[in-house]
Amino acid sequence: MSVTPFTVDGKKVKIDSDPQMPLLYALRDDLKMNNPKFGCGLAQCGACTVHLDGQAVRSCVLPVSAVKGKKVTTLAGLGTPEKPHPIQVAFVEEQVPQCGHCINGWIMTSAAYLKQNPQASDAQIREALQGLKCRCGTHVSILRAIKRAQTQMA
Amino acid sequence: MHNKQMTAALSGLNRRDFLGAAGGLVVSVAGVGLPRATFAAMAVGSTKPALAADELDSWVAILPDGRVEAYYGKVDLGQSLEVAIGQIVAEELDVAYAKVRVVMGNTANSMNQGGASSALGIQAGAKPLRNAAAEARRILLDLAAHKLDVPVGRLSVNDGVVSVAGDASKTVSYAELMGGKFFNSKVEWNQKIGNPLEIKVQAKVKSPQDYKVVGQSIARKDVAWKVFGTQGNIADVRVPGMLHARVIRTPVAGSVAEQVDLNSISHIPGARVVHEKNFLAVVADKEWDAVKAARDLKVTWSASTRPLPEFAKLHDHIRQAPTVKLDESESRGDVAGAFKTAARTVQAQYLWPFQSHASMGPASAVAHVKPDGVTLWTGTQKPHYARDGVANLLKVPADSVHAIWVLGPGSYGRNDAGDAAMDAAMLSKLTGRPVRVQGMRHDGTAWDPKAPASVHRARAAIDANGKITGYDFTSRAFSRATIESNESDPRDSLVGMEMGLPPKGGVTFGTPEESYGFANKRLAWEVIPDLIASASPMRTSHMRDPVGLQIQFASEQFIDELAYATGTDPVAFRIENAKEPRDQAVLQAAADKAGWQIRGNAPRDRTGAMLKGRGIAYARRAGTIVAVVAEIEVDRKTGRIWGRKFTVAHDCGLIVNPQGLRYTIEGALVQALSRTLFEEVQFAPDKVISVDWNTYPILSLKDAPEVVDVVLINHPQAPSTGAGEATCRVVPAAVANAFYDATGVRLRQAPMTPERVLAVLA
Repeated sequence: MSVTPFTVDGKKVKIDSDPQMPLLYALRDDLKMNNPKFGCGLAQCGACTVHLDGQAVRSCVLPVSAVKGKKVTTLAGLGTPEKPHPIQVAFVEEQVPQCGHCINGWIMTSAAYLKQNPQASDAQIREALQGLKCRCGTHVSILRAIKRAQTQMA
Repeated sequence: MHNKQMTAALSGLNRRDFLGAAGGLVVSVAGVGLPRATFAAMAVGSTKPALAADELDSWVAILPDGRVEAYYGKVDLGQSLEVAIGQIVAEELDVAYAKVRVVMGNTANSMNQGGASSALGIQAGAKPLRNAAAEARRILLDLAAHKLDVPVGRLSVNDGVVSVAGDASKTVSYAELMGGKFFNSKVEWNQKIGNPLEIKVQAKVKSPQDYKVVGQSIARKDVAWKVFGTQGNIADVRVPGMLHARVIRTPVAGSVAEQVDLNSISHIPGARVVHEKNFLAVVADKEWDAVKAARDLKVTWSASTRPLPEFAKLHDHIRQAPTVKLDESESRGDVAGAFKTAARTVQAQYLWPFQSHASMGPASAVAHVKPDGVTLWTGTQKPHYARDGVANLLKVPADSVHAIWVLGPGSYGRNDAGDAAMDAAMLSKLTGRPVRVQGMRHDGTAWDPKAPASVHRARAAIDANGKITGYDFTSRAFSRATIESNESDPRDSLVGMEMGLPPKGGVTFGTPEESYGFANKRLAWEVIPDLIASASPMRTSHMRDPVGLQIQFASEQFIDELAYATGTDPVAFRIENAKEPRDQAVLQAAADKAGWQIRGNAPRDRTGAMLKGRGIAYARRAGTIVAVVAEIEVDRKTGRIWGRKFTVAHDCGLIVNPQGLRYTIEGALVQALSRTLFEEVQFAPDKVISVDWNTYPILSLKDAPEVVDVVLINHPQAPSTGAGEATCRVVPAAVANAFYDATGVRLRQAPMTPERVLAVLA
């Protein structure tokens, strides 16, 4: 067991755990946060994505000890209904999520990607986000939402 | 109201409620000649009658502030059903849509309407709600007539405020009339539960031409909380004192745990093993400890009997296995005779694989078994049946189990959610603690009930004039439901079977749904035995549009083959042979919107690296009619198919919410495209190999269509039929037919993977 201090959505936290425990379990089980979801535990779907110092990472395979002293941002820290991120606005306007279990991954990953690549083309977006899964088949509205967000962020 | 019902309505009345709510009317009760309706109005009281289908209060309530609650015994999985039901209730009650809250899937306050089932959410599920809302309005107007001392005929309602024609000073709101009180009024129940549950009421429902709310595009309520993460789903249910559990199921098909080495997890102090008969799980206070224990626990599994066929020989197995049941659903004319006299015949076989629900997250559930009752939080589509299943598993009365539905990580049929609920209930009973069960990825992919694999044989007789004189279509397959989708019987659950219950088994399949009027026509199915008798990872059950994709992949591809065989344009051939005018209109609408060009005998340019083609397919599903035109690109070098553009024409009768309908169709289409191009459960004789997203790939963003054009055909006078599934069954053949147009070659096996494409093009 070891103690890992880090920041989540601007709050300082300390997790006393097996250092190999993935960050996802610290967020979901220790901190009772809902937004990073368990989808596969294998970094194959993206449902668990958070930002680590601004980069999108898959928290289901990242040992909690690796975030020591770093800044973790979850969906709730990205934006709120009162102060939404443009991607969130676009996802609401396009009525994207159906079951919604994947949506954390799409928003967190595309937010980080568009920050680096604001002018990304349709083909580049399709390529960059192909590692995310959606089982409800909302892909077409995901693309619409990302394009809508791009114009708002431009 | 009939006298008998009237008596029933009054007999349950508490005297204080009676006087308290309607004391001023007591005198007139004694009078004769009072309008019958008044008796219902008089029963209004402050006590809510017990939940029962024949109680109006079990369907709708007027809250103290005039807002409305509607109690719905089905659930919305993210396809706007919640909105549509709210619209229907708002419409009949004459209140603003924003005032209505639809309460779903809680066994404490809603009747068993069958849960999410067969896209019947509006088709069947809205009926009692519509009638109840109309009846509530009727009673409210009776109350208003008394209060305002005018005949009901002079009253009108606008957003829950009743006013009197010609007297602006007289108004009264629903809240003033009824807010927080209960109708205490009986309705006539057809004594059925599940999908067929219906009620009759005195009130007349509105005529569709008077609809103001129904037919509008209204945005969903569940989008914002999903996007901002301000509410959780079933995975986020946490109960004080709960244990985290992982159920351990064999990686070796058909085997059981012979030895469990408890010392193998002694390095995880918080974890322990629960092992009862063939049911094996680990539990821990911390979730990570449960995950680690499940990973590290050493189990000796019994030797595999290698019960599965070789993967490559799956369809040979289906052809050669004994027939358990043959069903000729449709047989007309003299099919055998038509083939004897045919100028020529066409025949083909089509193959479909096993497929997995592979829900976005593996299922989870929380159960708390206490001496005085059970609480179950479940993401199942059918919470009322899940309640019954848990009650039967634990041998407790159904009314001692309270099932609370919480949205799950995807569903689309009988996925792994049903088993998670039963597992949680059993583990809570065995440990005496509330237990949260969540699967690992392999539980959601390798262990969910599968959609069945199949072989479809089609043949047609053609006369000298190119007319189809005989048509014979037979599906041969695993049953579509070796376990029932409704979860009420523990014999259909893994834990039930692992605890020794004999599997129940179910033998059924299906036939194409279309209106082709071939004179001599036979549609049949044959079901073969299951591969593993009990607790099988290959057990089958319903997956979105059960067997619709399998069957129509074959039948609508075969129709296409007949069009080409007779030198007819595929759209024209279908319109000529489909006998229902609504079917013809849907086909024409899809072709028109897609800009379908009749190709005639002009050969396609097939010289480039990228081959392009378009194809059409159509089908009916329980009253809904859908046609899809697919426009695809086939990369000759890689074998990759891209479904670039889809045009859907969709007729489901009266449209309640056009925007919600569009999104539903779009999602169904893309999910079906994934199943057409990518999805196939892989296995070896001794195990299931598809356990995650690498071994069970699905469509990625890269493969998403560029355009999905949806043409909605509204029939306000025709009852609404389902929209959640019909599109799914049309997509596979539309893609396959476009593939033929592009390449000149038929690919009769799904999924249409690059390997198979390259093989047929070689």
